[in-house]
Amino acid sequence: MKLSGKIEEKVFKVLMVIATYSILAVLAIIIYSIFAKGIKALSWEILSQVPQGGYYYGKGGGILNAILGSLSLAFGATLLAFIVGLPVALYINVFLVRRKKLITLFRFILDLVWGIPSIVYGAFGFSMMIMLGLQTSLLAGMLTVTLFILPIMIRSMDEILQTVPIGLSEATYSLGANKSELAFKIFTRQTISGIITAILLSFGRAIGDAASVLFTAGYTDNLPNSLMEPVATLPLSIFFQLSSPVPAVQDRAYASALVLTLIILLVSLFSRGLGKRYHKTKINF
Amino acid sequence: MEMEPTHKIHIENLNVYAGKQQILKNINIEIPKNKITVILGPSGCGKTTLLKCMNRLTDLYPELKVTGKVMINDKNVLEAGEDIVKLRQYMGLLSQHPYPLPMTIYNNIAFGLKLKGVKKRRNLHKQVVRYLQQANLWDEVKNRLREPASRLSIGQQQRLCLARGLAVNPEIILADEPTSALDPISSQYIEEKFVELKNDYTIVLVTHVLRQARRIADYVVFMYLGEVIEQGTVEEVFGNPKMEKTKQYLGGTFN
Amino acid sequence: MYLLNRIQRHRVNYTWMIVSLLLVASLPFLLFLGLYLKSFLLIHDYHLSDLLFSRVWKPGSGKFGFYPFIVGSIWVTLLAMLISAPICLLTSIYVTQYTRKRFLRIMHPAIDILAGIPSVVYGVWGILVIVPFISRFVGPLFGVQTLGYSILAAALVLSVMIIPFILNILIEVFRTIPVELKEASLSLGATQWQTVKSVLVKKALPGIIAAYGFGLARAFGETMAVLMVVGNVVKLPKSVFDPGYTLPALIANNYGEMLSIPKYESALMFAALILLAVSLFFNLVMHFFIDRYNKFSA
Repeated sequence: MKLSGKIEEKVFKVLMVIATYSILAVLAIIIYSIFAKGIKALSWEILSQVPQGGYYYGKGGGILNAILGSLSLAFGATLLAFIVGLPVALYINVFLVRRKKLITLFRFILDLVWGIPSIVYGAFGFSMMIMLGLQTSLLAGMLTVTLFILPIMIRSMDEILQTVPIGLSEATYSLGANKSELAFKIFTRQTISGIITAILLSFGRAIGDAASVLFTAGYTDNLPNSLMEPVATLPLSIFFQLSSPVPAVQDRAYASALVLTLIILLVSLFSRGLGKRYHKTKINF
Repeated sequence: MEMEPTHKIHIENLNVYAGKQQILKNINIEIPKNKITVILGPSGCGKTTLLKCMNRLTDLYPELKVTGKVMINDKNVLEAGEDIVKLRQYMGLLSQHPYPLPMTIYNNIAFGLKLKGVKKRRNLHKQVVRYLQQANLWDEVKNRLREPASRLSIGQQQRLCLARGLAVNPEIILADEPTSALDPISSQYIEEKFVELKNDYTIVLVTHVLRQARRIADYVVFMYLGEVIEQGTVEEVFGNPKMEKTKQYLGGTFN
Repeated sequence: MYLLNRIQRHRVNYTWMIVSLLLVASLPFLLFLGLYLKSFLLIHDYHLSDLLFSRVWKPGSGKFGFYPFIVGSIWVTLLAMLISAPICLLTSIYVTQYTRKRFLRIMHPAIDILAGIPSVVYGVWGILVIVPFISRFVGPLFGVQTLGYSILAAALVLSVMIIPFILNILIEVFRTIPVELKEASLSLGATQWQTVKSVLVKKALPGIIAAYGFGLARAFGETMAVLMVVGNVVKLPKSVFDPGYTLPALIANNYGEMLSIPKYESALMFAALILLAVSLFFNLVMHFFIDRYNKFSA
């Protein structure tokens, strides 16, 4: 083999190793910097209190408003997205089995909406909000985020539902079940771990996104207490604290970022753990 | 004059197409009541497709187009509307691979019973026990009823599927090579069970194993490349085959 | 009685399914229609080409030139792709062809974590690490004075954010290339690298393009992280060290103003409409490429 060929191979091999390990390195840097900066400013006070007057200029308080606000908003949005998304995914996989063209059409539409940036949903949500006469509120934020995570929820569930073997459907129909029963009683049980993963994945996206709640959820220093009132969210809380001229408040922003990251990491770990637990009732074919 | 029909399933001019290819060509057969009818033939001759036509599971395969008549109890299965759900219950299915429902052993049987309308817990339990006993599985699982069915061995799972199928009181049992994935002991067990069951059920068994057919068949339908070559009692087809292809297949001079 | 309940239940479920399906299927159309109607005020009064190519942005005086924002978005996106694309390609080849399968067990969670970090946290990291890095090291290296909040900062942060998207698809693409192809090439005497270069990459090309397309689309629409480090100055950037302004940042930063000036609201909705159109267009094209890849690899 030519010498230049050998050199080329060696060069690229080195480049590949650099590329791969630099990705891992960057991940390490990100986690380290968020943790290091965040842990310093993290305190029980931050986690358990709402912002007192002048919080953003250095006075006391915490981000409990944002923590609870984000959790309730994400929870509501995930629930709504599940209520709308599960039947759609089941319909495509169980009821439309015979109609290939429709299946392709619906999956195509799902593909289309899948990558739409969250700010587009935010702008749309804002317009809808005005049209429906809603103020910036927990409800408006929830509805907007629901639209945003719907494609994610449906696509994840669709992917897992496709793995159900035909033989199981055949066996269930032979017992005299109708399509609804096959869908809601058998398909769901068969893919329960995948469904839970889809739900938790969507929850993670819902709680971390800022652009969709920017115009629709508003902001407040209070704890969430009504659907019709504005609610604080962690991403926005981080942003506002970071914009403060006071370094102590900026430090709190890092702590808040750490809190948000930890919540999301916990959710994703939980989803892996739950997935393994439910595996035992699933049949492996 | 006979008051009771001797044939349970009556198939007329059945044709199945997969796109441009024709999988089943002009099938006309009669499946006799309370007998074991074996549909025999080399791989790829369409026997599984034929079986799936009988309870219209071909619906699950979008590429298949089915024309003709499959008459069961004076109803054409292929044209049934919403009552296909009930019609399918008349025909229990035992597949090549066991497909237990993703539930506990108990619920695998209870699922079908609930579909049939059995509600009271005591009644349900009695019947679950009864069908598990019928499939000779009861002793092995009586202490494990609330465990997931996936923990059973393949042979046990297949017996579970049999029990589950019997629990909905079918009149016909459709079996698609039910022993090909099993060890010899489990296979033998299933075969013996079928011979017992034929007194109360009509059994249609698909297989490509000649010896199995010789062992348990009453009636034989021999298929090749989507066509029925010969059908008749086991004495007629095995003892005195009329068609050349049948002779070749039985003699082992076949690919 | 129970039988009736079964049928009733089926009907309820069926209605629930159909309603949900219609809602979801109409989503892209509703989005487009809604944003179009809201931007109508603006489109009605100005030529499309004026809006897209004018460089003057003074909403108070009725001047809505989106060009600086479009250019800012393009610069940031392209630069991020330039950084991320080769790294992802090299990594995906390394991880699928040169390492043991066990390595993937490290890569997958790493990718998942990167994908899970919310954009605001990326923004925080950008402010913490990237911005000072640029203002203290990279800038002086090139002899440039910069605060750090720049196109480059946004591109660097963005390049990390899109890695999971691109890498996941690339890894999948390379994993599903049939082994026989590789074996055939190796048995003809080619080295592993030659095989990769001449055979595998060619086969994977539509998949690679699709992966890059998704990364591009994702980068183009990213709001929060970019907003926090890009500088938010309405000016055509002359170098990557200049601050810039992207379309999503435009919308996010000015939503307060939206409520006071009606045409301003239309303008921001129009920006969102552009983003929607670009995203839909990319999804369409990428869908086409993935289809082609599936057909060729089948």
